[in-house]
Amino acid sequence: MNRRKLHPLMQLAGWLVMLFLIGPVVIVLGTSVSDTTYLAFPPKGLTLRWFENVFAQDSFLSTFAISMQVAAGGTLLALVLGLAAAYALARYRTTIPAWYGSVFFLPFFIPEIVFGFSLLKTLIVLFELPVMPSLILGHAILCLPYMVRVIGASLASFDFSIKEAAVSLGMHPVRAFWTIVLPNIRSGMIAGVVLAFITSLNDMAVALFLTGPGISTLPIEVFTYVEQFFDPTVSAVSVLLMAVTTIVMILIERSLGLSKTIK
Amino acid sequence: MPTGKAAGTRCSGSNLSHSPSIIRRLSVIGPWVLVLPASLALLLLLVLPVAGTLMESFGNPKGIWENYRLFFSSSYNRAVLIRSFWIALQATAVSLVAGFFGAYMIANSRPGLKRVLLIVSVFPLLTGVVVRSFSWMAILGRNGIVNTALIQLGLIDQPLSLLFTQGAVIVGLAYLFTPLMILSLVGVLETIEDDLYLAAESLGASPFGVFRQVTLPLAVPGMIVGSVLVFTGSLATFVTPRLLGGEPQMTLATLLYQKAMISFDWEAANTIAAIMMAVTILCVFLMGWLVRRATSARVAQ
Repeated sequence: MNRRKLHPLMQLAGWLVMLFLIGPVVIVLGTSVSDTTYLAFPPKGLTLRWFENVFAQDSFLSTFAISMQVAAGGTLLALVLGLAAAYALARYRTTIPAWYGSVFFLPFFIPEIVFGFSLLKTLIVLFELPVMPSLILGHAILCLPYMVRVIGASLASFDFSIKEAAVSLGMHPVRAFWTIVLPNIRSGMIAGVVLAFITSLNDMAVALFLTGPGISTLPIEVFTYVEQFFDPTVSAVSVLLMAVTTIVMILIERSLGLSKTIK
Repeated sequence: MPTGKAAGTRCSGSNLSHSPSIIRRLSVIGPWVLVLPASLALLLLLVLPVAGTLMESFGNPKGIWENYRLFFSSSYNRAVLIRSFWIALQATAVSLVAGFFGAYMIANSRPGLKRVLLIVSVFPLLTGVVVRSFSWMAILGRNGIVNTALIQLGLIDQPLSLLFTQGAVIVGLAYLFTPLMILSLVGVLETIEDDLYLAAESLGASPFGVFRQVTLPLAVPGMIVGSVLVFTGSLATFVTPRLLGGEPQMTLATLLYQKAMISFDWEAANTIAAIMMAVTILCVFLMGWLVRRATSARVAQ
């Protein structure tokens, strides 16, 4: 570890950047408890009525339920597809060329808004698929790169000779996969699932095109609300979403260590 | 490497009762069977739909370039295109500077503080685009913290309209993508050997000289990768220009949405999508080329 003593000016600049990153979060927190009908910071008075208002809005609750279902479906699908692909890429390096692994990062290189528009034309218009399965399929594709990458990183440090030993001692290969490989890459799978879930829960670009008047996701609903009303209810929703994210982050940090997950 | 040696011999265990030729064939096909579902999903849900959009942009019966001619013949569209580039470029510059200072401090912090600072930097990345753009509406709005502070300081009488300006969009995008820039730079800055700094200092370099001649050049590959991420991301983001810029700050992304979902002009939407794809691909190739050049230049030195 090479640490350098920072020049005071560099130190100041660094802290200003941190303020830039965390300041807006603090301000949203402040406005969410302000007893004013407009967004005020520092808050004037203290109230929880904007949080009450969130739970009084049926649209927020129902779209949150849809968002959770889509995220669960998309994540599960991406996990199955990504686990199989990552396993094959790590285990059969002589059969599958290394460049093939980069195919799975394709979604990173296509602007999400272009992807969303193209999915609208294909799934909804051409194949007349309902909104829900379309959203799940779209989100599975968005999440796939995270799965392949994070699970792949986990598999890279797995010693496959352990599994070979079990198989040569007579264990069925499928059983060996379940009882030996999976438990060893658990942390990678959890990290992949968490990243995928957050990606799906926050997605705007795909949902923007696939959701219709009848069915919508929470980010779309919040976005529509912001465009119409500009009151602290949105701050309250934001705080609740941040709380969910924070809990999830603490859980990853506890079980794996954040710095390992993002590298 | 034990994994490499064991590869390809998966099915040769004595517990399988197939004939050797089938086993050999299975061990070649097997791996492909595992990558097939994900590959098919990408092909059917990503490659073909996006390829369809690109093809349709050339599908005007009057000629393959007709849609593009129509798009570029409108001075409004040309202004949107130029504005999008200009906004993305400025957002990239802001995040490059902010990201560098942030990453430099993180890379040189003691482990405990480093973890806290990393969490602070990544946290915004894990909240949605809507939440992050909305927070800047709260800051820049008429009753926002900026206007309140300026009024209380007696600098202005009436709140300034800071929202729906280009500056608002740039700040919002920079806020969105600075965490990505920090992540691209922390790794690069951490790996700079202390010996290099010591050598530069012992040869008489001033602190600024060390920064300019050691730190900056070695950080260039990370800066290129981060900049491309921010630039292409800024170009493709819909929510931020829509909420912070509104109608007056129309960008390619917001125009694409408007053409596709409000005026149902899918020919124009296809064309905009194709232009965005082309720019993104160009940027990624440019990035690869620049990174290779930067690394080989360093090796040559």
